[in-house]
Amino acid sequence: MNDATESALVSEATRAVERERRREATARILLPLALVAALLIAWEVTVRVNEVPHYILPAPSLVLQTLVKNWDSLLPALWFTTKLTLMALAAAAAGGVLLAMAFALSKWIEIGLFPIAVVLQVTPIVAIAPLILIYVDSTTTALLICAWIVAFFPILSNTVIGLKSADANLRDLYTLYGATPWQRFRHLLVPSALPYFLGGLKIAGGLSLIGAVVAEFTAGSAGKNTGLASRILESMFRTEIPMMFAALLLVSLLGIVIFIVFAALAKALLGHWHESELRRDA
Amino acid sequence: MTAAATAPLVTLERVTKRFANGTLALRDFSLAIGAHDFVSLLGPSGCGKSTALRILAGLAPVSEGRLSWHGAASGPAGPAGHDLGFVFQEPTLMPWATVFDNVFLPLRLAGRARVEAEPTVREALAMVGLTKFAGVYPRELSGGMKMRVSIARALVTRPRLLLMDEPFAALDEMTRNKLNNDLLAIWREHRFAVVFVTHSVIESVYLSNRIVVMAARPGRVVEEITIGEPYPRTNDDYGVSARYQAHVKAVQASLHATLDGMAIDH
Repeated sequence: MNDATESALVSEATRAVERERRREATARILLPLALVAALLIAWEVTVRVNEVPHYILPAPSLVLQTLVKNWDSLLPALWFTTKLTLMALAAAAAGGVLLAMAFALSKWIEIGLFPIAVVLQVTPIVAIAPLILIYVDSTTTALLICAWIVAFFPILSNTVIGLKSADANLRDLYTLYGATPWQRFRHLLVPSALPYFLGGLKIAGGLSLIGAVVAEFTAGSAGKNTGLASRILESMFRTEIPMMFAALLLVSLLGIVIFIVFAALAKALLGHWHESELRRDA
Repeated sequence: MTAAATAPLVTLERVTKRFANGTLALRDFSLAIGAHDFVSLLGPSGCGKSTALRILAGLAPVSEGRLSWHGAASGPAGPAGHDLGFVFQEPTLMPWATVFDNVFLPLRLAGRARVEAEPTVREALAMVGLTKFAGVYPRELSGGMKMRVSIARALVTRPRLLLMDEPFAALDEMTRNKLNNDLLAIWREHRFAVVFVTHSVIESVYLSNRIVVMAARPGRVVEEITIGEPYPRTNDDYGVSARYQAHVKAVQASLHATLDGMAIDH
């Protein structure tokens, strides 16, 4: 086989791989969208054909209409829930990372505090929320605490594992070259822990939304300064089922956006080196 | 104990190493490493050759005996000493850092600025033939190339002693041959001392001027064999010579004697 034929074959193979990649990338977007569209159409048709009353199951078109019509009251609620979720997540990330660092620094701190962290994690938030609402004056602060409790554990436990996962030989190498604790932390432990931390963040993003919504359900507060959960509760009491669906739709969309953002963040930070984000040729 | 061919750089005197669980990893281990020696530690697994290497590196304390550095030291030996390089069994590279940054690490930890250290890092990369790969991440390299990066990192501080713990054991034979030859060439040019841990007789006979044959349980020196063959040594010349074969046979015999001894012990 001469060189020209060989390079032609190679570029042919490269093109085939490229085509396959593009096909997969398109499928990744189109396939779920097509499925959702099919589901929505089936739903719409079922409701119309069987004349299901809208207070039992509203058609997707009606949900959309309700969403648009009530946008002025839903938007502040969406904004409130988004703010609450992001603040809880930020606090969870900060708290989880700081605590994980303390654990990594001292096994006594870990031995002392880890069980407490586990207790916080395993006690259902719905059960603690009423207590927190009693003890904390500001409802928003109480909601924030609830969402924080739910979100911080995955960040803590993942970061602890991450900080411990640095390669033993690399640790020796840092010792060999007399690395300072700060150098060891900055150049070895942080990069080693990063994939784990980002994994924790992805989970915590979803959980902080769940925490925010559940806590607001428990608080059951009505009024102006409230989130999507209050809209859902309100519409339940008024049997405004389309409005419930509209608020629910916004909660889901918020969750999806949070997930996409953190998946993109992980890809951006790890894409060039970590196994979890690398593309592998079949 | 056979005296080192050149003035000793590092000596271990009657070193005993006992692990916390009571295992006797080394007993009465003595070794003098000359400034230009290429010493192989050869023996079955569990004979304490890696432990001896870690003690030399200052990564593990001795239970009894003494580790000493000789001559005009350019700095304290062992941790933070920068006077030795260590090559592990695995390449042990940081996957998040480029080849350049991996090799730069020892200098970075010594507080050197990147710009100022760049020529030194490039030189180390040139030594192992990876000049073109400075900007590449480790995952894009083959096993042999990763090992080259690891060697460049160990040599970037220009240490007087290079410690290698079965560095090429996981590589295929061709890559291994190539790396052995390149290592010899670098060693001959830069004249540092090497302590090379291996379980391969042919590798030790090919590379070193002295072979320390060790036995296990407890880890101890059985025999020190001098390979007085001149360098440069090549595969086509030394590697096919009758003298080489004779050395291999002698070392194999010594090693088998230790294994037979172990069999009788049990």
